[in-house]
Amino acid sequence: MSSVIAKLGWLAFAMLGAFAFAFIALNRGESIGAIWIVVATVCVFAIAYRFYSQFIASRVLRLDPTRMTPAYKFNDGLDYVPTHKYVLFGHHFAAIAGAGPLVGPILAAQMGYMPGMLWLLTGVVFAGAVQDFTVLFISTRRDGRSLGDLIKSELGRIPGTIALFGTFFIMLVLLAVLALIVVKALAESPWGTFTVAATIPIALLMGVYARYVRPGAIGEVSLIGFILLMMSIVGGQYVQEIPSLAALFTLTGEQLTWLLIAYGFVASVLPIWLLLAPRDYLSTFLKIGTIVGLAIGVIFVSPQLKMPAFTQFVDGSGPVWSGSLFPFLFITIACGAVSGFHSLISSGTTPKMIRNETDARFIGYGAMLMESFVAIMALVAASTLEPGVYFAMNSPAAIIGTTAESAAQTISQWGFYITPEMITQTAKDVGEHTIISRTGGAPTLAVGMAHILSEFAGGKAMMAFWYHFAILFEALFILTAVDAGTRAGRFMLQDLLGAFIPSMKRTDSLVANLIATALCVAGWGYFLYQGVVDPLGGINTLWPLFGISNQMLAGVALILCTSVLFKMKRDRFAWVTIIPTSWVLVCTLTAAWQKIFDANPRIGFLAHANKYKEAVANGQVLAPAKSIEQMQQVIFNDYVNASLAALFMLVLISMLGFGIRTVLQARALGRPSAREAPFELLPAEAIISKT
Amino acid sequence: MLNRIIRAGRYVNQSLRLMVGVPEYSAYVTHMANVHPDQPVMSYEKFFRERQEARYGGNGKISRCC
Repeated sequence: MSSVIAKLGWLAFAMLGAFAFAFIALNRGESIGAIWIVVATVCVFAIAYRFYSQFIASRVLRLDPTRMTPAYKFNDGLDYVPTHKYVLFGHHFAAIAGAGPLVGPILAAQMGYMPGMLWLLTGVVFAGAVQDFTVLFISTRRDGRSLGDLIKSELGRIPGTIALFGTFFIMLVLLAVLALIVVKALAESPWGTFTVAATIPIALLMGVYARYVRPGAIGEVSLIGFILLMMSIVGGQYVQEIPSLAALFTLTGEQLTWLLIAYGFVASVLPIWLLLAPRDYLSTFLKIGTIVGLAIGVIFVSPQLKMPAFTQFVDGSGPVWSGSLFPFLFITIACGAVSGFHSLISSGTTPKMIRNETDARFIGYGAMLMESFVAIMALVAASTLEPGVYFAMNSPAAIIGTTAESAAQTISQWGFYITPEMITQTAKDVGEHTIISRTGGAPTLAVGMAHILSEFAGGKAMMAFWYHFAILFEALFILTAVDAGTRAGRFMLQDLLGAFIPSMKRTDSLVANLIATALCVAGWGYFLYQGVVDPLGGINTLWPLFGISNQMLAGVALILCTSVLFKMKRDRFAWVTIIPTSWVLVCTLTAAWQKIFDANPRIGFLAHANKYKEAVANGQVLAPAKSIEQMQQVIFNDYVNASLAALFMLVLISMLGFGIRTVLQARALGRPSAREAPFELLPAEAIISKT
Repeated sequence: MLNRIIRAGRYVNQSLRLMVGVPEYSAYVTHMANVHPDQPVMSYEKFFRERQEARYGGNGKISRCC
């Protein structure tokens, strides 16, 4: 009887979801409320979680509730701690959610909200969540080991090293693109710059407090920090109004770049308790709080989506980023649909704390659905802006010019209604001098959030506060990522270099540390600077490179998952990972190929280099270069970018080769050959306490 | 009902602390008492520093995503 009711319930749910989709699809030409997107998303995710993840758990992976987990096997009360699944879910979600799922969908909105929404929904259900879940399962069955180790033991030593090598370059591109987002958001904005700069003394104060005054009082120190942060947002407004102070905090993109590079170097050699840890408390709690607040805002305010479902830019002529829907949409929206980076988290701290293997479904699959929901909300926030304002904010100055008049004129020609007054009024509402060409996604999200949150609390008077709150929230966790990422990159680099220069491997040596840190900062700083001076906004170059690198890692992780399924003799069900692997591979390789070889200089790096070479031959100087030397620099940058894209392709293709070899070997064997930790029984209390 | 709210509150608290890399101190103390009664137990302050070092001190491991 109850199963009949349950089935009827799910049927009703499916119908509700279908109705929401029908409503969205049939309402073309008229703006719809965001609540319909939320309803459709929730229905899709609930059904996918209930049925597809259940199928993967019980048939494909066959999770075993009686099997030993690393948390019990190595329990030390520190790294390996059996943890309740709800508690661990929060931890895992906080580790995977960051700037990626917020920025990608905003950039994708230039094609309309529909392509982004459809890819987010299908991508997460069939690729992203499957990857996170499967990698978590694989690592849990192998004593919680890391992705590099797993690849080494299942595919071989060489592919393991290749994967590590690829990961290092992802770190560089990732840090550069994140730093670029901050630069774009803070350039010429004294209010924003002051607020973000204030986080440094606030974090230092917190660090000392949590170390010496009240050791380990995380909640208390975070509350103090939060109050100071809110005061710094309010204070930023006064800074902006006092001309002498405003001049001090009005910085150009290039100045900010050098400051960030210096900051990255200093922050990553300071003791962790002083700056990194307290900043991480603030950014983590603010991130979770803001995501919850945004969700509540979207659901209760249900803002109207003003962006059309599709724009004419699906053909690849868009100003925000160039390239057609296939393959570039699937590169632009990486996090939120499928993110390779998650495979590092799923094989990091989470598997060491899982209480029972069956929890992997809720934590791995569930947390990724949640992240995708965050991405959907970012898409909604961007789509609630007037499309004209959206394009004014996200198009590079080289296309729309630098004045409200020129921007309004160009964007009107594309068919989006906009007046110069609308642009200046929006800037005024959020307390900025200008919003033109604030590329990078963060300012767009901030304006969208300010719209939604000010309707929820504070009204129009609070818009400027909410805008700077949103900028602060993003800058805060990006700076944490820059700091922590530079440290992680430094260790990776020392590990890689240590193979050739043994003295570099000594992580206790100050000289080796400083050299590796400097190299790492120089690496991402190079890409950052190149992006900041690019007249096309930098995002146009760096975001696709980041997307390609992230999807490359997803491809690597999915190849590992597929190989393990074959080694477990689950050939029948291997399509569960083969389908997403193939799709990710096709998109990533096509995108990388086009980024290198496409004849359009806005897409292909080589074509862009050739354009500059011809100009040099004719004695012309093209922007952003101001001299022939700088022209040579642009050409050199193009070759670096092209090489990087080629490197990502090589990594992926070689991993595919190793994967195919592993699968063939596994199929030739008559028995399972997966290298799991030997079966042990989970302690009885852990099995019983499982509900 | 009240018990459930208290329990939910405890989970939220635990989860927030774990998000920044600090697991339950009481679980650590219980574990040490049960399994290693012969070994010294770190004070909360030491435990907190040890966890901070483990999360950020790093060895190249990545504890967060983009």
